[in-house]
Amino acid sequence: MSVDNSKIKKATTHVNQNEGLIFEKSSPGKKAYKLPPLDVPEVNATKLLGNAERKQAPALPEVSEIEIIRHFTRISTWNYGVDTGLYPLGSCTMKYNARVNEAAARREGLANAHPYQPEKLSQGAMKILKLLSECLLEITGLDAITLQPAAGAHGELTGILMIRAYLESQGNPRKKILIPDSAHGTNPATAAIAGYEVENLKSNDKGMVDLAALEAQVTEDIAALMLTNPSTIGVYEGDIHKIAEILHRKGALLYMDGANMNALVGKTQPGHNGVDVMHLNLHKTFSTPHGGGGPGSGPVAVKKILEPFLPTPVVVDKSDGTLGFEYHRPQSIGRVRAFYGNFGMHVRALAYILANGPDGLRQTTEDAVLNANYIRKKLEGIYELPYKTPSLHEVVFNDRIQQKKGVKTGDIAKRLIDYGFHPYTVSFPLIVPGALMIEPTESESKEELDLFIDAMKAIAQEAEENPEIILNAPHTTRVSRLDEVRAARQPVLRWKPKAKSAAE
Amino acid sequence: MLREIGVRSIDDLFAPIPPNAQVKGDLKIPRQMAESEILDYFRQRGDENGKGYTSFLGAGAYNHYRPVVIDSLISRGEWFTAYTPYQAEIAQGTLQAIFEFQTMICELTGMEVANASMYDGSTAATEAAMMAERVTGRSEVVVARSVHPEYREVLATYAKYQGTPIKTVNFGDNGRVDAAELEKTVTDQTSCVLIQSPNFFGTIEDVAVIADIAHKKGALLAVAISEAISLGIVRPPAEADIVAMEAQSFGVPLGFGGPYAGVIATKEKFVRQIPGRLVGETLDKNGKRGFVLTLSTREQHIRREKATSNICTNQALVALMATIFMTVYGREGIRELASHNLAKAAYATEAFGKNAKVMFQGAPRFNEFVVQTHHDPYAINNALLDKKIVGGFPLKKFYPELGNASLWCVTEMNSREQIDAAAKEVSR
Repeated sequence: MSVDNSKIKKATTHVNQNEGLIFEKSSPGKKAYKLPPLDVPEVNATKLLGNAERKQAPALPEVSEIEIIRHFTRISTWNYGVDTGLYPLGSCTMKYNARVNEAAARREGLANAHPYQPEKLSQGAMKILKLLSECLLEITGLDAITLQPAAGAHGELTGILMIRAYLESQGNPRKKILIPDSAHGTNPATAAIAGYEVENLKSNDKGMVDLAALEAQVTEDIAALMLTNPSTIGVYEGDIHKIAEILHRKGALLYMDGANMNALVGKTQPGHNGVDVMHLNLHKTFSTPHGGGGPGSGPVAVKKILEPFLPTPVVVDKSDGTLGFEYHRPQSIGRVRAFYGNFGMHVRALAYILANGPDGLRQTTEDAVLNANYIRKKLEGIYELPYKTPSLHEVVFNDRIQQKKGVKTGDIAKRLIDYGFHPYTVSFPLIVPGALMIEPTESESKEELDLFIDAMKAIAQEAEENPEIILNAPHTTRVSRLDEVRAARQPVLRWKPKAKSAAE
Repeated sequence: MLREIGVRSIDDLFAPIPPNAQVKGDLKIPRQMAESEILDYFRQRGDENGKGYTSFLGAGAYNHYRPVVIDSLISRGEWFTAYTPYQAEIAQGTLQAIFEFQTMICELTGMEVANASMYDGSTAATEAAMMAERVTGRSEVVVARSVHPEYREVLATYAKYQGTPIKTVNFGDNGRVDAAELEKTVTDQTSCVLIQSPNFFGTIEDVAVIADIAHKKGALLAVAISEAISLGIVRPPAEADIVAMEAQSFGVPLGFGGPYAGVIATKEKFVRQIPGRLVGETLDKNGKRGFVLTLSTREQHIRREKATSNICTNQALVALMATIFMTVYGREGIRELASHNLAKAAYATEAFGKNAKVMFQGAPRFNEFVVQTHHDPYAINNALLDKKIVGGFPLKKFYPELGNASLWCVTEMNSREQIDAAAKEVSR
């Protein structure tokens, strides 16, 4: 099939080199390391370790330094990053990862600090934890915070466990967590791990919480509602006050999933609108890099009533004017992670906050919302907009128009790769069949947005005229569509040497 | 852009937020700073943390040399500014690197499959125990007191709210799990026995013996490893059913406790109960090899409340650091590095033993050892700070019965002179 790529403005083909697995480049005796001479007597490992000694060397690769550099450089070119271009994954907030964050985190006294070094030698690190905590409390409008959770889902668990501990202290932990049908999959998974049953809350025809349905479902069995605000269709729950009131009247709490906080920073403080507990994703809203799937960081901020239940330790001011860790907190839920959380991400997030200040954070939010609405306006009608409710930081279309030609959201996503963009979030939220969930973030210029919009329009036109080109996309990547069924049916989860018996 | 959208001002776009819920004026956070001011702020904080100290701290976070190629490579935007590799065609770099990581972890641990990483060693150990519950259909966990105390605290947090009973087993005079007590504690209700090796005291456990005790009662054995370098010279825990490892030692900065990377490795037959992401090999339409996230029906975005775990984000970039580290040292280097640690610690044990009591004799150690002193270890450590030495970790916080004992760690980063200087001070 000949493919007409004349409308592709941003990208031609991706860098495309063949590169095997690192193990396939290995040959015995090659080295990329040199240890200093041993300045103590050598030891006999067999004598020291006895039968605890390792007898067979692990089959780690043996390669030279330049081969390592080339290998990891070459395979990196098969990746798309925020540095490559607009990365419109809805709910993931793929914003620019400022280089100053990286420089800050690599400062010697921070990068080399041992978590158990004496408090006297940890004052700088604790000041960072304290200032970041203060900033995040101001941003969320809440009263107390833990920075310990390592990611968003980990934060959710921490928050729900705190709710559980609080309700237990009131005499009854209750049985169920209410979760809207538009929620992220981590919400129900978290509730289950925290020992709760999940009760589904149906959205209304605007994709929002149905107050009447909520009123009917909130009983003395409900511990909390987990609410994403703005919701996963990018819509602000303007009735969040009333939602909180309905819950509080029955003694239940309001948990807010802060995944979409990039729409709210500096504009509204959830803690002042009835939210009792919320987590933040520092790797979304606060610009710490996604790193190909982590590390993240998921601080949890709470109302005063939940403060006694925060994980241990917490940073406190000591009587001598220094900072210290407080471990003795009898009502604490306990630890959720060793040490103090992903400190390196705390440094980066604070660097981001300092680089923005109050004006910058507000403008960031405004630009994120502006960009999403610009895309919405330009693509509405070309792609169907199932919910006309005003969008904040992201917009959700569906593929109904393109489906007439057999083209689905997943196909459009793959064709977008040929145009030089990472796909949007595909088929989520579940309340929108065939969803295209687009979040541009504030990082994008009008020029980059226009390129993206042109690409989306060109693909819509292709869907009319030549759907085959979309159904077989991508055409420009190193590999074409991969056989996921094969991967799951015959799992190959590690490399094994070929013809091992012949070689050995 | 506002005109094209059809609104008059940016405020119109925020109309869905009721006026009385909107922030009036500025947030009370520090003013916007220039890049030079930001770096100056963090330089000052770093300096306040102290500079030029020699450290003998281990206890779950280890000071090893980080080859410079690691930061050089991971600073490429294609690595650190990419998202989770759900769109496989433009994430082959991340996917292939994770596949290489999974392979290397299997090679080192003696397990058959390894996942793409967990948050850290403490959550990996906890998830290993939860995985054992799913595999065995039993709920009670037996954990050795010689497992890192903070790992046990995390396990306790998760277990408390799931109604999982936890029993602990003490250590004997040689620092190893008390096998007789373990034998009595494990029942046919036990889902798993969780130990650590080398354990929190640096002592290498007799994994085969403990595995027998667990397996006799139909329980699984989960082995936590917090000092990954040990695997270069210490026999991998091949008798274990699950290995829960902290990979920080593999080229990851100490960073005041994180980000690190946990790993879960296990036998092939348990793969459908493993938490977290897995990368598998497959073919594209043209028969070309490629990699995808696989077996994701275990995960929260598909299974929601029935998932094996709520974990979503893992530690991909940290796992990449570890992959590069393992590649730099390779098959021979990992053993040579481990043997240097072993030799330095053996030398230090002898040096400290001249004037103080080295506890837990009679079982092999890797690079950590416990020293019992006459004086309070906090006081000794304070005196050591004047010599620019950060002393061992005082154990009384977690093990009051050990009195003035502290846990010392010696790696390839500690010179003979530094060891001698520290040993001299401790003897006072």
